[in-house]
Amino acid sequence: MSGHSPEAIKKEVRTYVAVFVALAVLTVLTVGASYLKLSLGAAILLALFIASVKGTLVAAYFMHLRTEKKIVLALLVLAVIFFVVLLFYPSWHHL
Amino acid sequence: MSEAGLIKHISHPHPVTGVTNSKLGVWCFLASEVMLFGGLFSAYILLRTGVTDWPRGHEILNVPLATLNTMVLITSSVTMVMAWASLQMKSLSKYRLYMTLTVLLGLAFLVVKAFEYGHKFEHHHFPSTDNFYATYFTLTGLHGLHVIGGIVVNLYFLLFGVKMWEKEPDQLAGRVEAAGLYWHFVDLVWIFLFPVLYLL
Repeated sequence: MSGHSPEAIKKEVRTYVAVFVALAVLTVLTVGASYLKLSLGAAILLALFIASVKGTLVAAYFMHLRTEKKIVLALLVLAVIFFVVLLFYPSWHHL
Repeated sequence: MSEAGLIKHISHPHPVTGVTNSKLGVWCFLASEVMLFGGLFSAYILLRTGVTDWPRGHEILNVPLATLNTMVLITSSVTMVMAWASLQMKSLSKYRLYMTLTVLLGLAFLVVKAFEYGHKFEHHHFPSTDNFYATYFTLTGLHGLHVIGGIVVNLYFLLFGVKMWEKEPDQLAGRVEAAGLYWHFVDLVWIFLFPVLYLL
């Protein structure tokens, strides 16, 4: 992302502010949803969905993954695959 | 100075990877951090699904304080990326302003967290109390250590690292971007910790 023109950076800054507003709204939504007395299953799905949207926004915009080079994305795909295995394999027979 | 001992491709992208070595290095580190927190999240799932009754976080933890802390950390992510953007726009004074705000917001997060911990200790809730508190203190404690680490790095770039601006502005911007990647990752971890521990 280095070497961007000042105009391009100014446009980026407007995007950062928009992402910030979206993150704040989603935080309020996820807290609000926790008062809805949903079943545990539905509550987990909704909370993880909102968290995933927020996480994607942070990674795509603040961490510049939207415009990042392939090698970084490839590295992360590898990490995500291992992460999913690590997350679910040990508790597979419980789920 | 001899070229031999210098790490190459830290201000400009490596011709093969297309990114600076420093950025690739930080991403490798963050990939290992994903596994570190992944192991603990996995332990959480295993412990929670292994018992019939597990407390709902909002019944025993302070959701308003944690919501405040979520907002604090999200805001600090914006100020961090603004510090980097300020360097891109060649404004050192704005960089200093946004980096100071980032450090202060990180400290604010820790103060709120300390209140939460203090409240738990007053009521004799410790990591040894039960599996819920063991998980809660391990995950938030490790995350808190990461916040402390980020504050130290950001303070360095605010007070000392900034001297590089006159001679190597691109390298400083690259360093701040790399520190930012770490800081956003710490924010990202909290985005998942918050609902998992407090809301579910």
